[in-house]
Amino acid sequence: MSTAMQPLTQRSRQVSNKKMSLMERIYLPAIAKGMMITLKHFFTVKAATVKYPEELRPMSKVYRGMHVLKRDDQGRERCTACGLCAVACPAEAITMVADERKKGEEKLYREEKYASIYEINMLRCIFCGDCEDACPKEAIFLTDRLVPTDYQRRPFVYGKEWLVEPLDPSLRVDVSKRQTPEVLKFKEQRQYSHNR
Amino acid sequence: MIYLFYLFATISVISALFVVAAKSPVNSVISLIVCFLSIAGHYILLNAQFLAMVHIIVYTGAIMVLFLFVIMLLNLNKSTEPQKSLITRIAAVAAGGLFLLTLLGAIKNGIGIATPGGYDGGIGLVKSVGMSLFTDFLVPFELSSVLFLSAIIGAVMLGKKESTAKQMATGDSAYAGLNQAEHIVR
Amino acid sequence: MITVFIFLAVLLLITLGVAAYETYMERKVAAFMQDRIGPDRAGPFGILQPLADGGKMFMKEDFVPANANRWLYFLGPAIAMTTALLTGVVIPWGGTLTIGDFTMNMQAADPEIGILYVFAMVSIGVYGIMLGGWASNNKFALLGAIRAASQMVSYELAMGLSIVALVLHTGTLSLGGIVDQQLDGLWNVVYQPLGFLLFIVCAFAECNRAPFDLAECETELVGGYHTEFSSMKLGFYLFAEYVNMFISSAVMATLFFGGYDIPFFDQAGRTEWWVTALGTGMFFGKIVFFIFVFMWIRWTLPRFRYDQLMNLGWKKLIPLAILNILLTGGWYHLKPYIFK
Repeated sequence: MSTAMQPLTQRSRQVSNKKMSLMERIYLPAIAKGMMITLKHFFTVKAATVKYPEELRPMSKVYRGMHVLKRDDQGRERCTACGLCAVACPAEAITMVADERKKGEEKLYREEKYASIYEINMLRCIFCGDCEDACPKEAIFLTDRLVPTDYQRRPFVYGKEWLVEPLDPSLRVDVSKRQTPEVLKFKEQRQYSHNR
Repeated sequence: MIYLFYLFATISVISALFVVAAKSPVNSVISLIVCFLSIAGHYILLNAQFLAMVHIIVYTGAIMVLFLFVIMLLNLNKSTEPQKSLITRIAAVAAGGLFLLTLLGAIKNGIGIATPGGYDGGIGLVKSVGMSLFTDFLVPFELSSVLFLSAIIGAVMLGKKESTAKQMATGDSAYAGLNQAEHIVR
Repeated sequence: MITVFIFLAVLLLITLGVAAYETYMERKVAAFMQDRIGPDRAGPFGILQPLADGGKMFMKEDFVPANANRWLYFLGPAIAMTTALLTGVVIPWGGTLTIGDFTMNMQAADPEIGILYVFAMVSIGVYGIMLGGWASNNKFALLGAIRAASQMVSYELAMGLSIVALVLHTGTLSLGGIVDQQLDGLWNVVYQPLGFLLFIVCAFAECNRAPFDLAECETELVGGYHTEFSSMKLGFYLFAEYVNMFISSAVMATLFFGGYDIPFFDQAGRTEWWVTALGTGMFFGKIVFFIFVFMWIRWTLPRFRYDQLMNLGWKKLIPLAILNILLTGGWYHLKPYIFK
């Protein structure tokens, strides 16, 4: 290498293999020094602990937790079972079965086509958020809710009854926090215009 | 006290028999440990506290640990135990019986069994053991320490075998061939 | 006679209680040194955590591996626990307690060979680890057992030699006698600083505590000798480690730090109950300090590599211990000529 490597931080130290002096070889001063460091920490303020149920770690506005399938303002499911989310999914966690909307179901589904079965395997899901990006109908969102634990594997395959938000307006899942100016600006771009 | 003696005596005899009779080497070693512990109990009954503790530390705590260590490393068990032929077994029984006879004869005619009356209760304490070791038995004591020293040096030599063989190999062609043969065997 | 039995029963309970709360202390110390809070849910400040842990241990499934040697598998934890508890008998926990007409010696037994008794129990204790590790029929457990055995044998040697120098100074092997000497004079650590250093290093090794916990080394050997153990059998192993820590702290305080001696206070011959109680309290204070040192070291220093461990034991500690013996012996031999 022609030029000397530039240090990335101020903390880098030059290491050497020089023979240690007697004082260094008996190690006791070094051990005492180390023990003083731990003793100092013993008496410092305990800042590393978050007392979980009472105290919550601040979550990012765009935290990627459990998914939700949104309804529109009139309570109709937005999802049209186009399958783009399943294609985008790197973990192949999403499966769906599309169905045609019958007469009289206009109150339930927004488009003529809807997903009769929509499943996400939460054990496969890596919570990358690609499904949210891919969705042309603003139907699927990741939320700041966490996937609860279980003893079996079977319950981790979430069907529509888990994913679709409730009809009751008071129980709707709010995803407006996720629409930060950056996200909205991103959606302004022409190649994502379908996403509005 | 006498009941304790009988208890320890029974345990030591049974465990000693089990050392010979046990099929698995690990069980043998464990019964030998039990045997040693009960013998230490006998020492304590004779007020020989120092002997009892040294017995436990040296035999139970060090030597038997090494025995067990070797057995664990080799992973000896019933299937790997070599089958002795009938003649070997008969010869072993005969030799053992003869040894027992010799011991019995020696006790009956020579040493005799000590009577409890003449026993000095302080004989096994630290002070008296130390005094007799460093006055009456000074020469055998020092000689045995020389023996241990030679054993230690021998162990160091065995441990350093590899590098000495290499040194010899560079100097002497005959050893070089031997060293090569060793490598081939490996 | 009956008082001795009552004393032993109380001692057993106290030992178990201290061992239980050592687990709590360990978790708290570890947490504090890492700027955390530690267990604080069970009771105020998490003070009931040991009970919760114990309850959990009892509730767990007691599993015996299919190809384990069942008999030895049961024997291992039992030996570990028994030998750990047996050692406390010879330690002088205080002076003579006098309340009215009732007098009691705060030491269950003071045999002439007290130190050797402690050594004997420690040396038997290794069987618990060896047999348990071998009997569970698991590679990692076997490796842990083998490491424990060779480590114990190596460090017992250095420990014994460091004690020889101390015995040259005290002239007695009885723990009661050693404390009595320190009641009037200076503590033995003043006369034997090198001996104390060697002893404390070997005590860490004998207790299988970090940085010498190669036998259970979770980064290499899963759990070492107790990989296959569960439920209260595992609990016994863990408990035995803490009992050992308690006892070796007590031995260190007895041998080198004056036992139940109260600093700057002449208590020789005093048998009032409050003097004895204060002395015993002092002794426990010293023990707690040493237990803290055990934990402090554990959460400061990284673990040794195995060859480093053996090098330290055989090539550094044993020569130093022999040097210490020579110095001490030479001093006592030459003293009459120098100070006529």
